[in-house]
Amino acid sequence: MENIREAILTTIEKNSRIDLSELAIRLGVSEPDIANTLEELESEGVICGYHTMIDWDKTSIDKVSALIEVRVTPQREEGFDRIAERIYNYPEVNSVYLISGGYDLLVTLEGKSLKEVSQFVSDKLSTLDTVISTATHFILKRYKDHGTIMDTRTEDVREKVSP
Amino acid sequence: MRNPLSETIVNIKPSGIRKFFDIVAEMNDPEVISLGVGEPDFDTPWHIRDEGIYSLEKGRTFYTSNAGLMELRREICNYLKRRFNVEYDPRKQVLITVGGSEAIDIGLRAILDPGDEVIIPQPCYVSYEPCTILAGGKPVIVNLKAENEFRLTAKELEDAITPKTKLLILPFPNNPTGAIMERNDLEAIAEVIIKHDLLVMSDEIYAELSYKEKHVTIAEIPGMKERTILINGFSKAYAMTGWRMGYVCGPDAIIEQMTKIHQFAIMCAPTTSQYAAIEALKNGDDDVEEMRRAYDQRRRYLVHEFREIGMDCFEPFGAFYVFPSIQRFNMTSDEFATRLLKDQKLAVVPGTAFGDCGEGFLRISYAYSIENLKKAMGRIRKFVETL
Ligand SMILES: Cc1ncc(COP(=O)(O)O)c(C=O)c1O
Repeated sequence: MENIREAILTTIEKNSRIDLSELAIRLGVSEPDIANTLEELESEGVICGYHTMIDWDKTSIDKVSALIEVRVTPQREEGFDRIAERIYNYPEVNSVYLISGGYDLLVTLEGKSLKEVSQFVSDKLSTLDTVISTATHFILKRYKDHGTIMDTRTEDVREKVSP
Repeated sequence: MRNPLSETIVNIKPSGIRKFFDIVAEMNDPEVISLGVGEPDFDTPWHIRDEGIYSLEKGRTFYTSNAGLMELRREICNYLKRRFNVEYDPRKQVLITVGGSEAIDIGLRAILDPGDEVIIPQPCYVSYEPCTILAGGKPVIVNLKAENEFRLTAKELEDAITPKTKLLILPFPNNPTGAIMERNDLEAIAEVIIKHDLLVMSDEIYAELSYKEKHVTIAEIPGMKERTILINGFSKAYAMTGWRMGYVCGPDAIIEQMTKIHQFAIMCAPTTSQYAAIEALKNGDDDVEEMRRAYDQRRRYLVHEFREIGMDCFEPFGAFYVFPSIQRFNMTSDEFATRLLKDQKLAVVPGTAFGDCGEGFLRISYAYSIENLKKAMGRIRKFVETL
C-alpha cells in the first residue's frame, strides 16, 4: 500500500492548492493527519515551496529563459559546491544542477530580454574564477514543463455513454 | 419478400446503454457533461503505444497464429502467476481474443448446448445475457442485493441451480456496481460450484482496479481451476479499450474448442495490439498502479459527495463505478437519468441498463478527472435540491 506521505506528495505535486478537507477525503485519512504530515514534510524540508506554473508566453509580460552549460574547475575540499553556491545566489538564476557528462553545471536563468540574459552570462557567470566556459541555449518554446503540456487543451474524445 | 431476419436476434432487446446514448447524441449539446462512460480517461501509456508503432515500422503486419503470439501468451502466464497466483500453460490454456468481449461470446458458444442454463448475477455487464441466448443457452438471472453490497451469496446461487444448470457467470469486480468478491465470498461460491459439478466463467477484466485487498481470482481456489474460464484483458487496466485486446485462460479442452471458433470467426486478434500488449505486461505495472491510485482518490471523493447530498451509496471496492440509490426520490432510474440530463445536462446511465434489479440506482463512472467530477457533482447537487 502507498504510504500517506507518498500519497500526499504525489497529489500536491500536481495541485498544491488542493484544500486539506478534499485531500483528506481523497486519501481516506483524517484532516488532522494530513495537516500534521504536511507540517512534518515542510519542516523536514521535503516540501520546499508551493509554486505556480505560469505560461508567460500567454501574457504580455516579457520573459526569456535560457539553459546554460557551465564547465568549471572543481576546487579542493569543496568540489563543486562552492561554485554552485556562488551561482545560485544570484536571484536571476532559477536552478543549478550538477550534471554528469560533457559539462559540469546546468544553470537555468530568467530575464526580461535576450540582452539581459546574455549580459548576465558574460558579466557575471563567465567571469567567475573557476568557470572555464559557458554555452547558452535560449528557450524558444516551452512544450511541456513539470509534467504539464503547455499548449494542448486535451478534449475528451470518448463516446459520451458506453457500456 | 420473406422476413430476412433471425427471430432469435430480433427478440433480443437492444442494450439500455444504447438508448441513453441516442438521447445524448440527439441533444448534441456541447454543454452536456457525462459520467456515463465505461472506459478509462487515461491515454494508453506512451511506451505501450510506442511498441505498437514500432511493430508497424518493423512490418509486423501479418496474421499471428490463431491463439496469438507465443511471446504474448507466455507473458500473460507470467503475469497471472505473478499477480494472482494461478498457473496456466501458454501452449494450450491461453487464447488471445478481440477484447474480453470476444472471449465472453466464444466461451459461451464453446460450452453451451440448447437448453443449458447459465446463471447470470445482475446488475452486470450487458453482453452476458444476449450472448448466452445467441449460443442457445437459457439465461437464469439472479438479482443481487444492495444489502449484500451486490455480492453473490452461496444461498442465492444454490437457489438458482436446476438440473439444467451448466455455467455460472461471475462478473467481479463488477460493472456497474463496483462490487467485489473477496476470498471468503469466493470460497463459499466454489463449494456450491463443485458440489453441483458446474463451470464458472469469471470475467475479471477489472481485476487490477481493486481498492481493498488485491483481487483474488476464483481460479486460485482449490478445485476451481479446472472448472474456470478466466477472462481478462487490457482495456481497463492499461487504458487500452481501442486496441481490442483480451484473453481467456482455462482447461485445455475448452480453450481448444474456443480456439476453433476464434479461428473461423476472427482468425487472430489484431497483430499491432498484440505487440503493444507484450510491452504492457513486461513494463506496465507502474502505470497500472498509478492509474489505480488516481481512481481510488476519485472513488473516495464520489462516495463522500453522494453521502453528503443524501444519496445512499455503498462503498464500492472495484472497477471505476459507484452505484448510488435514488429510491428516496420516487422516480424510476430512467426518469431520474432523463431529467438529470434535460435539467442539468449531465449524462449518467440508469441502473436498469444492467438488469431489472438495477431499478432505483444509477451507474456513475469515475473515469474522469477530479475537476470534471466536481463539476458533475455540482450539477447533481443542484438537481437533487429541486426535487
Ligand atoms: C465487465 C466487463 N467485461 C467485459 C468488457 C469488455 O471489454 P473489452 O472487450 O474491451 O475487453 C467490459 C467493457 O466494458 C466490461 O465492463
